[in-house]
Amino acid sequence: MSVPDTGSFGDFVARAHRSGKLVVQPRMGVSDPAAMRAGLLATRKAAATAVGTITLDSYTRMGDNANARAALAAGIELNGYPIVAHDPAVTRSVLDGVAGPDFPVQIRHGSPCPEPIVAALIQAGLHATEGGPVSYCLPYSRMPLEDSIPNWARSCDLLAELRSTGAEPHVESFGGCMMGQLCPPGLLVALSVLECLFFRQHGIRSVSLSYAQQTNSDQDTEALLALRRLATHWLPDVDWHIVVYTYMGVYPRTPAGAAGLLEEAARLAVRAGAARLIVKTVAEGYRIPTFAENIAALETAALAAEGCLTIAGDAVDTGIHAEASALIEAVLDLGPDLGAALATAFRRGYLDVPYCLHPDNAGRARSYLDSTGRLQWLSIGSLPIRGVVGPTDSAKLTAAGLLASLSYVERTFDNASLEQEFHAVSDHSSGSTDDRDPDPGNRSPAARQSA
Amino acid sequence: MNHAAGKEVSADGLSVVLTSVSSDSHTWNLVVLQLVLEELGHQVHNLGACVPDELMVSECLRLRPDLVVVSSVNGHGFHDGLRLIRQVRSHAELAGTPMVIGGKLGIAGPGCDRSRAQLTAAGYGAVFEDGTGLTAFQSYVGRLAIGQAS
Ligand code: B12
Repeated sequence: MSVPDTGSFGDFVARAHRSGKLVVQPRMGVSDPAAMRAGLLATRKAAATAVGTITLDSYTRMGDNANARAALAAGIELNGYPIVAHDPAVTRSVLDGVAGPDFPVQIRHGSPCPEPIVAALIQAGLHATEGGPVSYCLPYSRMPLEDSIPNWARSCDLLAELRSTGAEPHVESFGGCMMGQLCPPGLLVALSVLECLFFRQHGIRSVSLSYAQQTNSDQDTEALLALRRLATHWLPDVDWHIVVYTYMGVYPRTPAGAAGLLEEAARLAVRAGAARLIVKTVAEGYRIPTFAENIAALETAALAAEGCLTIAGDAVDTGIHAEASALIEAVLDLGPDLGAALATAFRRGYLDVPYCLHPDNAGRARSYLDSTGRLQWLSIGSLPIRGVVGPTDSAKLTAAGLLASLSYVERTFDNASLEQEFHAVSDHSSGSTDDRDPDPGNRSPAARQSA
Repeated sequence: MNHAAGKEVSADGLSVVLTSVSSDSHTWNLVVLQLVLEELGHQVHNLGACVPDELMVSECLRLRPDLVVVSSVNGHGFHDGLRLIRQVRSHAELAGTPMVIGGKLGIAGPGCDRSRAQLTAAGYGAVFEDGTGLTAFQSYVGRLAIGQAS
């Protein structure tokens, strides 16, 4: 069976970016192949410039294909598509006539041992995926970095071999997300750049650098501009673009709060010149989304992006670029082999992700939210950024305090939407019109800061 | 007292094993639950993310905890949790150890009464699905500490 031509992911995004369109993309994965195909078709038909996603299930991520197969046999629905447990011919039939140069499809997985996954996606005719030796290890497993790093090196080599067939494989770093929340932007930016340098060292020539929306839109804008400057500096000879992830922490639970946060992410992406956005749905806080919820999210984001302009020039510099530079350079100074340098950096605590329980993470760095909702360092452990960050002190961590930080964004957006409903009810009952701002988005502190 | 094979609860509180299931890598749930239990005065052994069934069982055999708390939010918790408790219960030493489970256990939102009944029939002393809030859990642990829950 011939392998279908599924086009170049990087090219598609670059063309869209040149024509002023933000590419939007869902997370989407179900175990049934016919349903998976229907989901991709629905994405393709959405009123948006979209690329397709096949998100893999948790068993496949862990390399536990026995449990994935057992679930398929028992008709148990998984939280994603088990690409290794399904026969390659099945996955080709999912993609046949759907994936192509005008609709690239990416595999999103979250595996520290991705070789079987990469082999399966190549057999299916695909060549775009996501992850990284650090970002798909620390938040996704208990596997030692010493194993994840060579696993990722071999997976990149497998993908890079595709270049001899004329395809241009694409790998996106998940470094700009890590644990999803409470990681100060400088470290996220540094990890994204470092992982893309790792991909480049292993023969990949088309990459994307991620950044997940955090808690304050001015801080996010600054982080994205820093990421762009650092990518321009460190990746001069590869094709790259920036991808924004809609908030990856505890998500608003009201439909209006959820949509408001998504729209904010779309505006952030355009404002900071990113080329692609991964959306979140109204179901995020509860369960795996339906296809309809995902399509609605793609269209909401596309609409929000349309009315927005990229800012020229710089944001206020609070030191994110300097912090990320210091981290990148400290790792590069550890030796020419980036895999080895990353492992050493974690051992010494030069890289240390707040609240990450992975055994290879030092766990001495801590973060907090300041009164303006910006992420700050509470303690930096051995991170080589003392000169940039200045003195820090540490406070006792409590369940209530941590839950309050984790739910800051959820509360901000849910409260704004509930307040809006309250006003709608009271305005209606009093029949009055007043000069209150009709744009509910402007009631959220995050939206106000970005105006 | 029928838990932990007659072991007395020490002044240090209960010895609790807190664990995820084999397929689940979420850890914020574990970080928060550990703090909640410690603030109630208990000793927590947090096994972290993606705990293989065998590791979980061997840690329980080694630590002989007063309580095992299983937490999962990735949507596989119902099936992984059933498989896990069967393995735990197959060891005579752990046949009576109190075990509870909670989180987002299925992929379609909170489960039905039938799925909760299946979990309790398999041996979980309580099921705390998302949306229950932590108060019910705190009072369950409180009752266990004074020897009233099973
Ligand atoms: C942060 C996050 C991540 C981070 C996790 C980083 C890490 N290592 O922890 C990242 C980005 C890596 C991630 C990855 C994935 N995630 Co995730 N994630 C989230 C998110 C956004 C927030 C979770 C969180 O931090 N909550 C904060 C903590 C404190 O709350 P909690 O987890 O709900 O736990 C509390 C309660 O549930 C309860 N509780 C939990 N367990 C127990 C047990 C007992 C006994 C008791 C009493 C109470 C209790 O108390 C806890 C403390 O307050 C949620 C969606 C959301 N809620 O907004 C999705 C979510 C949990 N993720 C989900 C999924 C599916 C995944 C992935 C499988 C990817 C995918 N297919 O989309 C992977 C996991 C890979 C794997 N091997 O399993 C789904 C689960 C769907 C479902 N159950 O139906 C969610 C709901 C998103 C969604 N709607 O699709 N995720």
